[in-house]
Amino acid sequence: MLDKALFYFFAAVAVASAVLMVTRRNVVHGAIFLITALLATAGIFLQLRAEFLFIVQIILYVGGIMVLFVFVIMLVNLDVALQQIQFARQKWVALLVALALAGQVGLMFWSSGKMPGQGLPVLTAAAASSLPPNSETVAHSLFESYLLPFEIASVLLLVAMIGAVVMAKKRM
Amino acid sequence: MQATIEFLKLYWAPLLCGVAVVAILPLIAGYIVLVERKLMADMQARLGPMRVGPHGLLQPIADAVKLLIKEDIIPDNADKMVFWLAPVLSVGAALLSLAGLAIGPAFQIAQDINIGILFVVGISAMGIFGIVLGGWASNSHYSLMGALRSSAQLVSYETAAGMALVSALLFTGTLNIKSIVEVQSIEGIWFVMLAPVAFFTYLVASIAETNRAPFDLPEAESELVAGYMTEFSGFRWSLYFLAEYTNMIVVASVATTLFLGGWLRPFASVHGLPGFHLLNFLDLVPTLLLVAIAAYCIVRTPKQPTRVQQMFMLAVAGLCFVVGLVLLAPVVVPIAKPFYAGIHGGFWFILKVSLYIYFFMWLRFTIPRYRFDQLMRLGWHFLIPLSIINVLLVGVALIAGSYFNLHGWGLLLVTTPAAIITLVAALMILAAEKQRDAGHDPNAASDFYAG
Amino acid sequence: MLGADELVINMGPQHPSTHGVLRVKLKLDGERVIGSECIIGYLHRGVEKIAENRTYQQFAPYVDRMDYVAAVSSGLGYCEAVEKLLVAEAPPRARVIRTILTELQRIASHLLWLGTHALDIGALTPLFYCFREREEILKIFEKYCGARLTTHAFRIGGLQYEAYDTFEKDVERFCKDFESRIVEYATLLTENRIWIGRTKGVGILTAADAIAFGVTGPVLRASGVKWDIRKAAPYAAYDQYKFEIPVGTTGDTYDRYLVRMEEMRQSRLICLQAIENIPAGPIMAKVGKVLKPPPGEVYHAIEAPKGEIGYYIVSDGTVMPYRVHIRPPSFINLQAFDRMVRGHLVADVVAIIGTIDIVLGEVDR
Repeated sequence: MLDKALFYFFAAVAVASAVLMVTRRNVVHGAIFLITALLATAGIFLQLRAEFLFIVQIILYVGGIMVLFVFVIMLVNLDVALQQIQFARQKWVALLVALALAGQVGLMFWSSGKMPGQGLPVLTAAAASSLPPNSETVAHSLFESYLLPFEIASVLLLVAMIGAVVMAKKRM
Repeated sequence: MQATIEFLKLYWAPLLCGVAVVAILPLIAGYIVLVERKLMADMQARLGPMRVGPHGLLQPIADAVKLLIKEDIIPDNADKMVFWLAPVLSVGAALLSLAGLAIGPAFQIAQDINIGILFVVGISAMGIFGIVLGGWASNSHYSLMGALRSSAQLVSYETAAGMALVSALLFTGTLNIKSIVEVQSIEGIWFVMLAPVAFFTYLVASIAETNRAPFDLPEAESELVAGYMTEFSGFRWSLYFLAEYTNMIVVASVATTLFLGGWLRPFASVHGLPGFHLLNFLDLVPTLLLVAIAAYCIVRTPKQPTRVQQMFMLAVAGLCFVVGLVLLAPVVVPIAKPFYAGIHGGFWFILKVSLYIYFFMWLRFTIPRYRFDQLMRLGWHFLIPLSIINVLLVGVALIAGSYFNLHGWGLLLVTTPAAIITLVAALMILAAEKQRDAGHDPNAASDFYAG
Repeated sequence: MLGADELVINMGPQHPSTHGVLRVKLKLDGERVIGSECIIGYLHRGVEKIAENRTYQQFAPYVDRMDYVAAVSSGLGYCEAVEKLLVAEAPPRARVIRTILTELQRIASHLLWLGTHALDIGALTPLFYCFREREEILKIFEKYCGARLTTHAFRIGGLQYEAYDTFEKDVERFCKDFESRIVEYATLLTENRIWIGRTKGVGILTAADAIAFGVTGPVLRASGVKWDIRKAAPYAAYDQYKFEIPVGTTGDTYDRYLVRMEEMRQSRLICLQAIENIPAGPIMAKVGKVLKPPPGEVYHAIEAPKGEIGYYIVSDGTVMPYRVHIRPPSFINLQAFDRMVRGHLVADVVAIIGTIDIVLGEVDR
């Protein structure tokens, strides 16, 4: 009962924040609503007993990437951007594509109940005590099963960092 | 309705702790400010606040009342919603991270979180938004510059702090706060002795994290940019202040938990080396300390100038004596023995946190401020490489330790060489920096934020 | 919103670190200062014009108000200048007591400089230690002439007040205590990495530039030029005592700090030498009550704590001077500010203003 209430709360906050984020004129307000959307998503992760994902979402997304976004918003002169027309000329095509996507997702939801084996898999929740701590599970899979992709990803990030530093230095 | 009652039956203790902390914390933060002012005065050959209340003890209350009745000024073109939100974010993040900490084995608001330490560190990182949005909402160029500088500093030192914590976490294998202290109890040795370089790195990084001197350029009074807090007056400003002191308590608690043995008494090993039970007389140290303070107050009573101050000194002496008795009870009285862990644990934890915060304050009054580019250079060029090297070497030391089956104090055999090698590496980094400085043209344009 | 292009910002006249009402306009490129302009005059009181309508003795208290931090030195310069005009000389006893008080004033002025300069850079504690010592000196002044800050300690022709009973003992006790105190300040600052990082290489003024700008005092000596009027053209009783002139090498803020610290030590030595042997005798020369110097002009300069303070007095034979012009050290030294601050970061501006040691009362008169 409490679980359901919490889930609906987080979901409502996430959806509302997302909608508000794309409709705000003021970019900083949009960034704040993105933060609340990400926090709500983290809450949903916590509900799914993925506590490591919850805290990593907060540390990395909210504490790292959103800080970067906010920095950029404040350092870049946005007046020019705000003068331009907000929506591009392709808005009818965009509307069509959005409706098509919404239709597909709706079909998936509808069919998972009606036709067995189709659409979303319906899983039963595991008992909380039988789950190993999320951090350990993630650590085991990262460092045992998926070690090579992990290392490649870290090298990729290193390359990106060096590239950023080089590009920033060149402007001096 | 039924669910609510179930919830309350399960979680009434943490909820009560939470309410108590949120209610008392502003008062505690106020008194920490008073302690800082008195310490500052002592180190500067003066007396500090003496007027309001005996020996200035009601000063925080006077300050709080003054701030509450001050006019709330909002700059003209400021964004009102963000202006309101920014201090709330700062304080909220600080208080929420306080929830994950355990003051003694009995007092923890969010109990038994799997990701304990990570939770505390992650949520306190959200306080950065309070600073950045506060500086932006002030609609002042200087506030924004100060806010961006402050948050750049915070972000840079977070990495070093995190790596330092990782070095200590290598010994525990878990992120749960109570388990971390338990491991230190089982091994019989505090992690500060196993990973001293990590402790030092975390010490320096935590000073930068809380914007304290010598890293307080963004909020210094004699600088051109008066900082992100400029436009906030009255209670909004006091919220920022509360957030800063709460952050200090949080980082001190994290360092105490991870490095200084949490709520363990020194040499309190249960499963450790033989002969440790001889040191059980240290259980009496809390009581002796408080009785000594009470005796000192009684001795100084006749020397007080006014009657009010004399009564006050006697009252303090009485209070210390009572607390000393409460601390003595679990040790000698058999009925009270189950409360030993809770009461003594709380005492030792608070003592260690106080010592850590005392060190912060001591540093603030002693050394000058770093300039911003020197600050960033210290973080990026010195602390981060040092902490990464430390993680590597501690990992190697641990593997060697488990190969030779070392435990507890035996681990010192492998971690001390690791610490020495890290120190040598640190000295090499410093020498390389000096050489680079000597060949560096001081007047060349350089990126201020790049450090 | 925050570009990296040129920006002109204004600092002062109300600012905690400009040591008075100084207004500085800084032209920044990002974070670096590429130009500056000092706008002064906020404390101009027309002292030189007032001098034309006061007798020589009546004008003496006015000179205290210019460099209010080191009033005794300013008074010494003025009294000696008028004595030069009158072709009179203060008796030996008066000269020695003048020397002692002036050297104590030098220590007091440097102590105030040290405390405020350290405070600007972020060291909160030296200020209180320095003021604790300054308090002792001001107590001596108060016992001697009744005032702490604007002392008007000297008279034209000598002294008005005899040294009070415990004068030598007080000065000796202060000098003995002061030795360990200087060690305290040095321990806090001299070898401190952060202090060195904030002051070394900051605000470099080369010797050639210093001479070209007419800079005097510790700023000049820190740039490597060994010039001190106490040695070059001794006045009062300075030729009787042995002391060193500290000279720096690079002319950066750290050198100026070291030079002033050493000057405090040397002043202490001068005081100790002086109180050993204060000659007996009269304290006032025979100059008469109404001073009417013969027509003529004189320029007399002494080494004030901040530099060379010069008095140019033109007399037309009447009781009031025809013209008094004062050459204030802070005013001339401030000209070098622009040269010192270029290329540095904004955070260094405060350190550089502090290191020149200006007093706006002197700059504006």
